[in-house]
Amino acid sequence: MLLVLISLVLLLGSSALALLFRKNPARSQDAGAYGAVAASLAGLLPAVKVLITGAPETVSLPWAVPLGSLSFNLDPLAAFFLLPVYLLTGLAAVYGADYLKAYAGRKPLGLAWAAFNVLTAAMVLVFTSANGVLFMLGWELMAAASFLLVLFEHEKEQARRASYIYLTAGGAGALLLLAAFSLLGQASPSLDFAAFPHPQGQTATAVFLLALFGFGLKAGFIPLHVWLPEAHPAAPSQVSAVMSGVMIKTGIYGLMRFLGFLSPWPDWYGWTLLVIGAASCVLGALFALAQHDLKRVLAYSSIENIGIILMALGLGVVSAVHGSPVMAGLAFAGALLHVFNHSLFKGLLFMGAGAVLHGAGTAELEALGGLSKRMPSTAAFFLAGSAAACALPPFNGFAGEFLIYLGAFKSVTYTGPLALAGVIAALALAVAGALAAAAFTRAAGTAFLGEPRTEKAAKAHEAGPLMLFAMGALALLCLLAGLAGPFLLLPLGSAVAAAFGLPLAVAAAEAAAVPLVYISASALILLLIAAIAMARRKAFLGTKATAEGPTWDCGYAAPSPRMQYGASSFAQPLTDFFQPILRKLGQYPVLTEYFPAKASFSTEAQAVFYNSVYIPAAVKIRDLAYRFSWLQHGRLQIYILYIVVTLMGLLLWKL
Amino acid sequence: MEIVKPLFQILAAALLAPLLPGVVNRVKAVFAGRKGPPLEQLYYDLIKLLRKAPVYSRTSTWVFKAGPIAGFAALMTALAMLPFAGRPAALAFEGDFIFLVYLLGLARFGTVLAALDTGSAFEGMGASREMQFAVFAEPAFFLGLAALARITGEGSLAGMFGALTGETWRTAAPVLALLTASFFIVLLAENSRVPADDPNTHLELTMIHEAMVLDHSGPELAYILYGASLKLWLFGAVIGSMVLPRHSGSWASDSGMFLLVMFGVAAGVGVVESVLARLRLTKVPYLLITAFAFSALGLIFQMAR
Amino acid sequence: MHTFAEFIIVFIILINLALSVTGSLSACIKLVALQGVVAGVLPLMAGHGGPQGRAVAFAAVIILLKGAVFPWLMMRARDSSGASKDVEPLISYPASIMLCLGAFIASSWMGTRLPLPEAGVAWIVPASLATIFTGFLLITTRRKAITQVLGYLVIENGIYIFGLALFVEQPMMVELAILLDVFVAVFVMGIAIFHISREFDHIDTAELSELSDWRRGEYGK
Repeated sequence: MLLVLISLVLLLGSSALALLFRKNPARSQDAGAYGAVAASLAGLLPAVKVLITGAPETVSLPWAVPLGSLSFNLDPLAAFFLLPVYLLTGLAAVYGADYLKAYAGRKPLGLAWAAFNVLTAAMVLVFTSANGVLFMLGWELMAAASFLLVLFEHEKEQARRASYIYLTAGGAGALLLLAAFSLLGQASPSLDFAAFPHPQGQTATAVFLLALFGFGLKAGFIPLHVWLPEAHPAAPSQVSAVMSGVMIKTGIYGLMRFLGFLSPWPDWYGWTLLVIGAASCVLGALFALAQHDLKRVLAYSSIENIGIILMALGLGVVSAVHGSPVMAGLAFAGALLHVFNHSLFKGLLFMGAGAVLHGAGTAELEALGGLSKRMPSTAAFFLAGSAAACALPPFNGFAGEFLIYLGAFKSVTYTGPLALAGVIAALALAVAGALAAAAFTRAAGTAFLGEPRTEKAAKAHEAGPLMLFAMGALALLCLLAGLAGPFLLLPLGSAVAAAFGLPLAVAAAEAAAVPLVYISASALILLLIAAIAMARRKAFLGTKATAEGPTWDCGYAAPSPRMQYGASSFAQPLTDFFQPILRKLGQYPVLTEYFPAKASFSTEAQAVFYNSVYIPAAVKIRDLAYRFSWLQHGRLQIYILYIVVTLMGLLLWKL
Repeated sequence: MEIVKPLFQILAAALLAPLLPGVVNRVKAVFAGRKGPPLEQLYYDLIKLLRKAPVYSRTSTWVFKAGPIAGFAALMTALAMLPFAGRPAALAFEGDFIFLVYLLGLARFGTVLAALDTGSAFEGMGASREMQFAVFAEPAFFLGLAALARITGEGSLAGMFGALTGETWRTAAPVLALLTASFFIVLLAENSRVPADDPNTHLELTMIHEAMVLDHSGPELAYILYGASLKLWLFGAVIGSMVLPRHSGSWASDSGMFLLVMFGVAAGVGVVESVLARLRLTKVPYLLITAFAFSALGLIFQMAR
Repeated sequence: MHTFAEFIIVFIILINLALSVTGSLSACIKLVALQGVVAGVLPLMAGHGGPQGRAVAFAAVIILLKGAVFPWLMMRARDSSGASKDVEPLISYPASIMLCLGAFIASSWMGTRLPLPEAGVAWIVPASLATIFTGFLLITTRRKAITQVLGYLVIENGIYIFGLALFVEQPMMVELAILLDVFVAVFVMGIAIFHISREFDHIDTAELSELSDWRRGEYGK
């Protein structure tokens, strides 16, 4: 625990140093980056220790703030979430040291690094705090720091708009959480987590709904996701990696803590989480398929994965309520494992997208192509990340989903609500997985493979050495985490036990141990067979010379890069089928003559929820508010009259 | 733990898989009044291709060479989990069918990326359609397996098919018939058979799987063709195990029966290919949704018992 | 015998699925006829002991009516009205099949909640309710008048199967009365369709929703 506090001090100190040195970009970069890496190394040790021993560590100090206390609690659940925080922020700092070099002199790098380190510190605070006030302090710091980072390229209209939406969503979420905490703390002397009594009846319902919406606005499940596809692409890439990889998980962490406060659970909690999660994962994958910007594809994929995690939480709650500890334990374990795996591969993918943006100057899919020849290492790492995102063995994305599937399929021995929940979960996972596979082959294929579609892509340059190091480290971690399934059972079990009780953890560990061993063994066999196949291929080729030629293209002599299948054409069969949901806008060519010389075609994926739900609702609220605009007429005397009338009213009410 | 028999099963599958496309082609030839190629034609093709020097497109990179290897490795690993005459497979564990479906996904991932790597319009076309069909075929397959797990109460492929006896067919015949129909449609779609796709066409706009391998040659093409025959064996094994309820207790006679049923499935595919015409491309998702409806019906029937 | 009856029920549900997605009018007519015949055979399967004389005669009457007379009337109505071969659905293929499946799930759930005597075959009640819903689906999502008659016939099939679940023995009078009603209705509807098409040159019910001598704009609306 002490080391965690030391890491906090390091982070805050280095951010202050970065601000101090802001006139000198190189020194502020050094201050920020070294501070972040040092803090990560310092913080990883206690996290791993707590996960292995399973014993929580607490530190509690009194604080002058009313209802608050500086109590930190590093239990296995918090440690499990801290692990990706430190890993990803450390590697993102290494990445950022290279990535931000291009902006030296044009942008305030000192401020950026300061905000980045404060963001990390705030997240650590959120995960380890055991007091409501401290939690909200960390929460708001997180929102403020990331807001600054989203505004990094504030000269772009898109970034400004994204920051508005982000700030609104964050503020609304914080308000809801404040309400939730105050409801919880009504009957207790302070807002310490340990002192919360478990609410019943109406209060419990209110707390659950407030927490669901409040944390949902941070985690980003449908329909509370509208800020995510705007904000994550607007921030610098290493910040996007951290935001998608760990910041949205604070919402999941908060939900898990609140589920702990609200036990015993009524039935409908689980069903709500299950249905929202299922809708999020299918719709998120579908929307990802329709986007044209590489970073937006990744943002919607984050929504999909958050949906999977939420769905697993819902499945666990339903199973626990209906008396199947095996299903519940497996579902919770799957959710937690997917949290960890997702942070690894999504961080890698965003870093890859950043490398593309850095090297080719654009992240628009239809302008890229053939980048694997100009940026071979980035391409390899991005493809590894895509394979992990599609939950393909031998990478790590598969293990978390496998545990959720296993929990869902255990429902075959039950009837009634458990069976229904299992079927819904399995079906949603299957559909979302297939859609995500389509989305990622499209994104990776259009950006990295084939021929470059524009000059920018043809002149792209490879990412810098530090960026490659960060991406390579994450790719290696993805592969290792995929192969090391059985070893992750111990920390997983401790985390599930800390969050939901020991019996569930034991049931999960028993059910999952053997399959995970088999999966790791099969993944190793897969790699072995691939290696043998490669060796045999070399043997078959022997001394023969391989010839080179143009792509056959059925004998077409002069193909141009624009004739390749691009992003919109690859997704067209699926997006046309789902058009009623996607509502993509298109401008199609109108042919009036027999031999048209020129025609143009464009499609655009619109933000469906934003345009169809939020904007009309906002317009209605605004119109309603205009009705009261007569209250603001500008006359000072009547404003003072308002004050006097209110004071008189309060006096009369109290007397 | 038995080693010899499961290993022998894997070996038999690996060696006999290329016979299945030969059976299919021979049945089609008989329907067309021709003599047709020999049953072992695919073996000759594979040997010929392995001896050739490949031609690579200048647009392609290492991804082009890695795709077929990924597909081959994934399908060979999947072989180890397949049911064979209702006996335990080499790698049988709870939830292995989930791993199997995702191994197929890995093979598809590798093939699609290799296709996109050539920068050819036709290969992109095939890749895009392949991913579209997967969105409809995978849930149908999963639901069918869920229904089968519910009927037999088992969690692993070998367990499910091992528990499927004549008695199960007597009590749950309608559901099992629906599931077999659904799995057969998925087989036709995943292995690029009529009516989902035509493996013999070389018309650009009608190719899906054929289009994706246009640029491959030499050993890569050999890996791809062999992988395709493994995939046919895989789905054929699932269907064969569903319709083969009898377990006589003798491993040799059971295995012999199983091989016969496999060739019977391949012959059935040949008959379907000869009798039906290829569906219009926009109707193929409807065919797969029909398979999904069959699986869903089977599952609902089973849950309502 | 039990499994055979289950097979027939499954077959009826498959016909429902096929009805909801078929695009050809003649296929629709033939499927409804097939469903009627199969439903007519069902009581012979679920009866106690061997089929009795009365039940066999009754089933023969039903098979004759639903398998021969009604389709012939429908075909005649279709030919004389000169309608096109297409069914003209209002919703797409995937939507229809999902609705049909959803109807089956809903009827399975309802079947567990309705207080009914224990049925001999497991899925009679869900199958009958699903058939009734499919009939409603045909009526509401198809444009032509002929398909509405077909939907009515499907609903009658469903009610017939539902009756099988309730009664141990065939209440012949009730069934004959219902059948007579249906026969008269189909006959009258056939005549009506012929006359509608002669008067308006089409049997598109969307066009029939306005009174012909009340044009928009004439009365200032």
